[in-house]
Amino acid sequence: MGSHGFLEGSIQGFLRALEHALESEELARRNGLLQSLDPRVKLIGTLGLVLAATTSRRLAVIAALFALACLLAACSRVPLRTLMFRTWAGALTFTGVIALPAVFLTPGPLFWRLPLLGFPVTLTGLRTAAYLVSRVETAATLSMLLVLCTPWSHVLKALRVLRVPVVLVVILGMTYRYILLMIAAAREMFESRRSRTVGRLDAGQRRRMAVSAAGVLLSRTMQLSGDVYLAMQARGFRGDVYVLDEFRMDGRNWVWLALLIALGGAAVWAGRS
Amino acid sequence: MHIPDGYLSPSTCAALYAASAPFWYVSLRRLQRALRSRLIPLLSVFAAFSFVVMMFNMPLPGGTTGHAVGVSIASIVLGPWASILAISIALLIQAVFFGDGGITALGANCFNMAVAGSLAAYAIYRVISGNCSIGSRRRVVAAGLAGYLSINLSALLAAVEFGIQPLFFRDAGGAPLYAPYPLKVAVPAMMLGHLTVAGVAEAVLAAGLVAWLQRSHPSLLRATAPNAPETNGAAADGWPAIRPLLVGLSILLLVTPLGILAVGSAWGEWSPRDFADPAVRRQIAAVSLHQQPPSIVPAGLQRLSAVWTAPFPAYAPPFLRSASFGYLLSATFGAGLILLVAVGADRVFSGRRGSG
Repeated sequence: MGSHGFLEGSIQGFLRALEHALESEELARRNGLLQSLDPRVKLIGTLGLVLAATTSRRLAVIAALFALACLLAACSRVPLRTLMFRTWAGALTFTGVIALPAVFLTPGPLFWRLPLLGFPVTLTGLRTAAYLVSRVETAATLSMLLVLCTPWSHVLKALRVLRVPVVLVVILGMTYRYILLMIAAAREMFESRRSRTVGRLDAGQRRRMAVSAAGVLLSRTMQLSGDVYLAMQARGFRGDVYVLDEFRMDGRNWVWLALLIALGGAAVWAGRS
Repeated sequence: MHIPDGYLSPSTCAALYAASAPFWYVSLRRLQRALRSRLIPLLSVFAAFSFVVMMFNMPLPGGTTGHAVGVSIASIVLGPWASILAISIALLIQAVFFGDGGITALGANCFNMAVAGSLAAYAIYRVISGNCSIGSRRRVVAAGLAGYLSINLSALLAAVEFGIQPLFFRDAGGAPLYAPYPLKVAVPAMMLGHLTVAGVAEAVLAAGLVAWLQRSHPSLLRATAPNAPETNGAAADGWPAIRPLLVGLSILLLVTPLGILAVGSAWGEWSPRDFADPAVRRQIAAVSLHQQPPSIVPAGLQRLSAVWTAPFPAYAPPFLRSASFGYLLSATFGAGLILLVAVGADRVFSGRRGSG
């Protein structure tokens, strides 16, 4: 890692997160199937399908749920390219590395022997790896669809239907807002530091630089917390929180809720061993 | 360490949600009582900070980089209860919004990192830092150790959760349904990366931030050290501050004769004369898969064993008749030597700091 590598790596991470947030906002505004549904329907439906994918003991059922997720994405005008780069590639790389040795290490009937190396590929090992990778990809795709097709503030308000305390819903909403603010602040700090850094830094200097940046962010955090509190008080906040419930369920939403629950239930039933 | 969906069975996920729920409930109730209307801004902003710090690429010794979780610094600045909530909120947003960690596995991730990590980091930091002054170097060491050990505890919990999956969850054909590796593979594989990289990243962040706060914002270290003096006073940093450690050490010294209960010598710690004793040879073979030891003493062992003769061979000075008293005396002597070295080093470094 070069002397500027950690600065570059962190800046890239900040930029990716900001791009991610902007793209999600843009996709959530499109005219598509999932975008048109009540956030509570999407939340319950998606969670049900994720649960069905994790409980299934049949690969065919997990594959069917994955196909359903792709169909929902297409009907919601979510480009497959977005899913491919943001979800599938990452999940496949991370889980693929973990699942690959299981192909050789899991005892079972021999399926094939690797040429040159002679490692045995077992049928049980292949099924083990397929379970892990397909489950991870399906659950990640369904979760990502929920977020890509619903504004974050609506996802949070929908959490009330799961009996999440209202104070936590408010905290989650504020946290998301301040995450974007702090990512921007951290990126500016790192970029200004990069532009002022000439030559190579030794490892100790790089560590001190990273820790100082975290320290400055921490002190800003505490100051911001005080400022936000005073601003809330100035607007009449006395500790009680309320969330406006602007969602309205119509007949179409009830039909979709029933359909998604039925699909999830059918997948759980079909996925039994 | 962020477990995605699909690695843990639904029953494991449900059990870990249930295990985390009481901690979330108690944290929320305690904080609502203590902070009242300040709760929402403090937790929101600190959770955002934790989230952003998780994205930092920490440069580590050896030229590599790693990501910290930030759980130890959250516990040190906010205390364990607020840290449990702040880290849980950051993990929830990571899972739902950025797809880092699963929704069904959120309970497990929160239990491993937010609950166990926060409580362990807080306990380790408080025990090691004791009541030393806010500006003491011991706080920096305590924070580093708290970060390193708490992240490794979280990783160990995750590894155990992975490792028990193939024991309980297999399909009709015997293929593991979730994380495929047993404990003997999952634990070393998980711990290797955390003992060498992730733990070090957390230690660097926690120790570095405490050192930075000591210089810039010492008041932020007050929440978890309410009675600590501001400056390096002898009363604060001296022996009274480490009294609990000394009491613990004394208890350990007193129970050292328990070592006599063990029969035979430890595997691989044989002396040259053990190879000539038929009874000991039988013991060695019995604990070595019935592999007979060599009939003559290995030349290297013979040569090197003569290089140094211990003053207390076999933990019992030759002039003592009581083996128990010998153990006690050896332990006291050894611990005393270590304390002398520590005091000497402290004097040397304190002198340098004073003159610097």
